[in-house]
Amino acid sequence: MSGTSQRVTHWNRTKRLMIVTLVIWFVFSFVVHWFANALNSISFLGFPLGFYMAAQGSEIIFVVLIFWFARMQHKIDQDTGFAEE
Amino acid sequence: MKGEFIENLPKIYGMYTGGFLIFILLMAALEQMGVHADTIGILFVAFTVFIYAAIGWLSRTMQVDAYYVAGRQVPTVFNGMATAADWMSGASFVAMAGGIYFGGHGYLAFVVGWTGGYVLVAALMAPYLRKFGCYTVPDFIGTRYGGNLARFFAVVVLTVASFTYVTAQINATGTIASRALQVPFEVGVWFGLLGILLCSMLGGMRAVTWTQVAQYIVLIIAYLVPVFWMSNKQGFGLVPQLVYGEAVMRITELEQLHGLGSLDAVEGAKKGLKALSVPFVAAGTDALSSWKFVTLVLCMMAGTASLPHILMRYFTTPSVKAARQSVAWSLFFIFLLYFTAPALATFTKLQVLDPNLATGIIGKAITEVQALEWIQKWSNVGFLQIIDANGDGLLQLNEFFMRGDIVVLATPEIAGLPYVISGLVAAGGMAAAMSTADGLLLAIANALSHDLYYKIIDPNAETRKRLLVARILLLGIGAVGAFVASLKLTSILGAVAWAFDFACSGLFFPIVLGIWWKRANRAGALAGMLCGFVAGSLYLYWVAPAFLGNEPWIGIDHLRFGIIGMPVSLIAMVVVTLMTEEPDAETQAMVDEIRVPAGKTVLSSTH
Repeated sequence: MSGTSQRVTHWNRTKRLMIVTLVIWFVFSFVVHWFANALNSISFLGFPLGFYMAAQGSEIIFVVLIFWFARMQHKIDQDTGFAEE
Repeated sequence: MKGEFIENLPKIYGMYTGGFLIFILLMAALEQMGVHADTIGILFVAFTVFIYAAIGWLSRTMQVDAYYVAGRQVPTVFNGMATAADWMSGASFVAMAGGIYFGGHGYLAFVVGWTGGYVLVAALMAPYLRKFGCYTVPDFIGTRYGGNLARFFAVVVLTVASFTYVTAQINATGTIASRALQVPFEVGVWFGLLGILLCSMLGGMRAVTWTQVAQYIVLIIAYLVPVFWMSNKQGFGLVPQLVYGEAVMRITELEQLHGLGSLDAVEGAKKGLKALSVPFVAAGTDALSSWKFVTLVLCMMAGTASLPHILMRYFTTPSVKAARQSVAWSLFFIFLLYFTAPALATFTKLQVLDPNLATGIIGKAITEVQALEWIQKWSNVGFLQIIDANGDGLLQLNEFFMRGDIVVLATPEIAGLPYVISGLVAAGGMAAAMSTADGLLLAIANALSHDLYYKIIDPNAETRKRLLVARILLLGIGAVGAFVASLKLTSILGAVAWAFDFACSGLFFPIVLGIWWKRANRAGALAGMLCGFVAGSLYLYWVAPAFLGNEPWIGIDHLRFGIIGMPVSLIAMVVVTLMTEEPDAETQAMVDEIRVPAGKTVLSSTH
């Protein structure tokens, strides 16, 4: 089992990853949809962008975001010696 | 033997999927041979329910950890499928595309909210609860904060939220069973419940896990096959989800052509039927409509991250790392259905609105429309209605009424697909409703048996007795649920969104802060659960049309009452925590322990 300083490092990096993840989450959950009307004037893959983000775009980002998060967190666990065997 | 079973899972479910596809082909062949459509419907529902029940029987167990957390050996991808089935209810399956059809962009808030919540589950909750090693969500609250009262409050919130949700699911199984098996609704409800209990009673979480995987496979095939088939048959494109942008644009043109927004509402439609009145693409231009969109998104997301039947699925993975990955897989499997629903809504709408398509009905002569087979069939069962309000003999946009469910249920017929597809859709809807009802009933019964009975009432109960109580409770709660569902109080208990609002009002902050804020203590958690839940419930009572029905405050209607409950919960919890003593060293060490994946779980594997 690793020492106290390792624990602190592990938790600080974990917190940072959590915050980055939630900032991305916040942008695609709320910010883009707040401006849906303005985004609709932009065409993306043939869709009005505001509609696209709500119907498909945000959802794709969420799926990728969680896979990425799981990978990064595991890396943090390994680097600091807290990964499971 | 057990290890072998887990290793062989891909093979077992591969064979199962193949078997199901062969069954579909067999049904198609029977249809060609002239077997009646009703018989095919009965065979579809009866056969699939029989399979689930068989899986439930084979997974029976008398071990505590198998009953409560499936022995903690469910592999990531399979747990993802099981969670997706647990998650996607009869409402997601049958009503979501219809909701988008009518509500357009505004309804998509549900789609965003019901997917993005998993980011919160992955980043804030699941891995830590898995490391904790609890059997139920109140198990975490009770151990982290200490004391029976905290545990009891968590049980209450869990029960209210889950019960609100489960009656709607039992109702859905009853509706589908009654239509497919040609029995009265009240009988259908009890048949549905029987199926649900067969899946869960003997094997608890272990049985529910393996039936949910089977149910996911059925429901996703049943959702995707008709949409792909329809898209290719009507020439919309090979992969409908990628190519419907043009159709979306075309709908906006057609809405103007048909005078959407300039027509007066026509009165006299049957209850539950609606005419199109909201533009499909346009989002509101004012801040209030943006506000309403994001508040609904927030409530659904925080609710996702607080609903115990979802969180407890991640207690079943073999490791913390697996729990995280499993969240990602869950969302992936959910995404497959959720990004198809808007495509389905779009194509259905286009087919109804576009006068250039053979299927278009708006603007056509009413006599001509009424001669269509699908129009006749669905008008007969009260799902659809035409009122020629201005008497010009032509069908205007405001004269065509239907129920949202039709979008999924009638797609095969509108596009002229064989009946076997309708049978498949019925089986899919049944799988979706049953799997969610299973998860919810088990969440309630486990909380009552483990937390209320074993932890609070009789801590010395032996394993046999605990599992017996768990099963009796499951039976009892299921019966109460089916009884309430058979009363058809859906106008009162109908809103699935309420379950999310109840859950996030009472449980979100006590769970999150229990992990992320070491200082959080018992008094704070009690205040957070109590104040949030009570404030949210009171606001619901004040605003819901079924109760007092007051004018919503800044657009916060009964679907969004978590927006009132959550801040109250947060403030109460923080203020009370800071006013009282910090938790003892033992509790703080426990929090440190759950923050790292390595090492033993806080609670032992059988407790």
